[in-house]
Amino acid sequence: MPKVKFDILESTCIPLPFENVDTDQIIPARFLSATSRQGFGDNLFRDWRYTKSGEKNNEFVLNNPVYSGKVLVAGKNFGSGSSREHAVWAIFDYGFKAVVSSFFADIFMNNALNNGLLPIVISDDLLKKLLVMVQKNPDTKVKIDLEKQTFTIIATGDSVKFGINPYKKECLLKGLDDIDFLLNMKSAINSFENNKSLL
Amino acid sequence: MKPKTLFDKIWDSHVVKSIKDGPDVLYIDRHYIHEVTSPQAFNGLKERGIGVFRPGKTIATADHNIPTKDQHLAIRDLLSRTQVERLSENCQEYGIELFGLNHPKNGIVHVIGPELGYTLPGMTIVCGDSHTSTHGAFGTIAFGIGTSEVEMVLATQCILQPKPKKMRITLDGELHRGVTSKDIIMYIISEISASGATGYFVEYCGSAIRNLSMEARMTICNMSIEMGARGGLIAPDETTFEYLKKLPSIPGVNDIKSTIEEWKKLGSDQDAVFDKDLKFDAGSIKPMITYGTNPGMGMAIDDSIPISDSNGNEASSSFMKSLDYMGFKPGMKLLGHPVDYVFIGSCTNGRIEDFRAFAQIIRGRQKADNITALIVPGSKKVEEQMVAEGLTDLYNNAGFEVRQPGCSSCLAMNEDKIPQGKYAISTSNRNFEGRQGPGSRTLLASPLTAAAAAITGRITDPREFINDENKVKK
Repeated sequence: MPKVKFDILESTCIPLPFENVDTDQIIPARFLSATSRQGFGDNLFRDWRYTKSGEKNNEFVLNNPVYSGKVLVAGKNFGSGSSREHAVWAIFDYGFKAVVSSFFADIFMNNALNNGLLPIVISDDLLKKLLVMVQKNPDTKVKIDLEKQTFTIIATGDSVKFGINPYKKECLLKGLDDIDFLLNMKSAINSFENNKSLL
Repeated sequence: MKPKTLFDKIWDSHVVKSIKDGPDVLYIDRHYIHEVTSPQAFNGLKERGIGVFRPGKTIATADHNIPTKDQHLAIRDLLSRTQVERLSENCQEYGIELFGLNHPKNGIVHVIGPELGYTLPGMTIVCGDSHTSTHGAFGTIAFGIGTSEVEMVLATQCILQPKPKKMRITLDGELHRGVTSKDIIMYIISEISASGATGYFVEYCGSAIRNLSMEARMTICNMSIEMGARGGLIAPDETTFEYLKKLPSIPGVNDIKSTIEEWKKLGSDQDAVFDKDLKFDAGSIKPMITYGTNPGMGMAIDDSIPISDSNGNEASSSFMKSLDYMGFKPGMKLLGHPVDYVFIGSCTNGRIEDFRAFAQIIRGRQKADNITALIVPGSKKVEEQMVAEGLTDLYNNAGFEVRQPGCSSCLAMNEDKIPQGKYAISTSNRNFEGRQGPGSRTLLASPLTAAAAAITGRITDPREFINDENKVKK
């Protein structure tokens, strides 16, 4: 797993106003055959981004030049379905650093945090407001401050606190990684194994 | 002592260390891996210059990417072939047991785990696959993980994991004819939505659950993830022990009798508190079918598509986008709608019982001309059992061809793709856009409903083929 640091991000947003965006949409199964972590961004949202004949679908937001930015803003229950970490790799590889929604699927959330892609949960109301703002004015900027755990829409000053597990926050701020942490626990794991019963 | 749920008992006994304000370090008893979500994890080990900590606790199979025809030949797709070969190399290098392609015990990871006795009550089980929840049917904590977590388990036999909340779903009452465990779980998901159990681990209880076979319980636990739950489990009972006693061997268990006595202690305490408690009546469930592009968009087969989404929003953009993709309209009935493909298989409905159920309806009948059928056993063992029970002949006589085992059209990583715009009645677990191939339209259903459609060529209520005594009509 990669070691990625995150502290403060100011960026415009790309809006994806659909609910239940599943990991099969983020990266379809037929692109999962690679054996490395790189290059998945090319096929991010493949079947929405390209037409059946393989041309760019100009109606899809990633192909609309007025939108850009490192923050993806998506409808609720983002990342449901398959546990494929390739979904997070694809979003990150494309250039996103954070995903904002009102609800994330559990495995997606863990996978995102393990790769330095920050999942930010905001209320349904704020999400709706943000999606409308971004669609009206693609220059709408947000600021994410991980240390303070604040998410701010710069133009309006709307600012909310977002939740994150304190351990994961520390890891992201310092660029630490779970495997180093676990490897340092080997003696505790060994003694656990020696004392383990069925329950 | 404070009463505990079964989930708490298993979880707490596997915590190596609790990090203050952080996740738990959870010890993993059994780790299943497959070709798609493991290569990057092995790469990670190599980059760190470390090995696999407990290779004996990891079991590997090739299932997602493999063809279901001519498995003795080299895989044609270069990337898929490389991935399967990489799995073999990694298993060899690190001393991991592999039930790979052409191994006599090969099959879908969630089918062979239980079948080979690797899934046992009281265990913690993980796999880089969301349908790992299947193994909960044996009273285990089993859940899907990402590749970074696969790497953690390979490196330390542990993962860092926040403890989920607990939900109890009680199902009492009698099931009606033609209603299967697939319909039960599809009904529950349609009631609580595709995200209704996110953040929870579910325990299934109640008389209707107790009456189910292990195969049927696996189908229910399998689809727990489709309502957002990390997993679902069922306390082990006589049905579980009978299943395990019949296995040819159980690795690591020498004295099955005394082990069963230990397993009998696995259950939630009477006054254990759940964060959420839901009750359903088995008698209200009919054969189910999905009409949209997530498993929460399901209804009784004789119902009409709702005119609004689950939040009551008429024509919300997500709801309409989903129906447009399917070529359906709000308020439409699906009975009689033509179908092009039928798929029976997958970790949800690829076990022997599922092929017996399908056979119940196709026996003495012929496949409809407009139907292309994909009949894919979940494992070599299921494939052999189908031959031994005469099911393969029965399928052939009815115009169906039985393929070789694998995940196949459930996620269509191999050639078994449903073409653009075609309708497939599928016994798998996900009806996402393009899940079974770009532009494919999936209708999730039970093996009985799939069989009824395979015979008539249309969406058909399987109860038309089954009379009141649950016997198949001639």
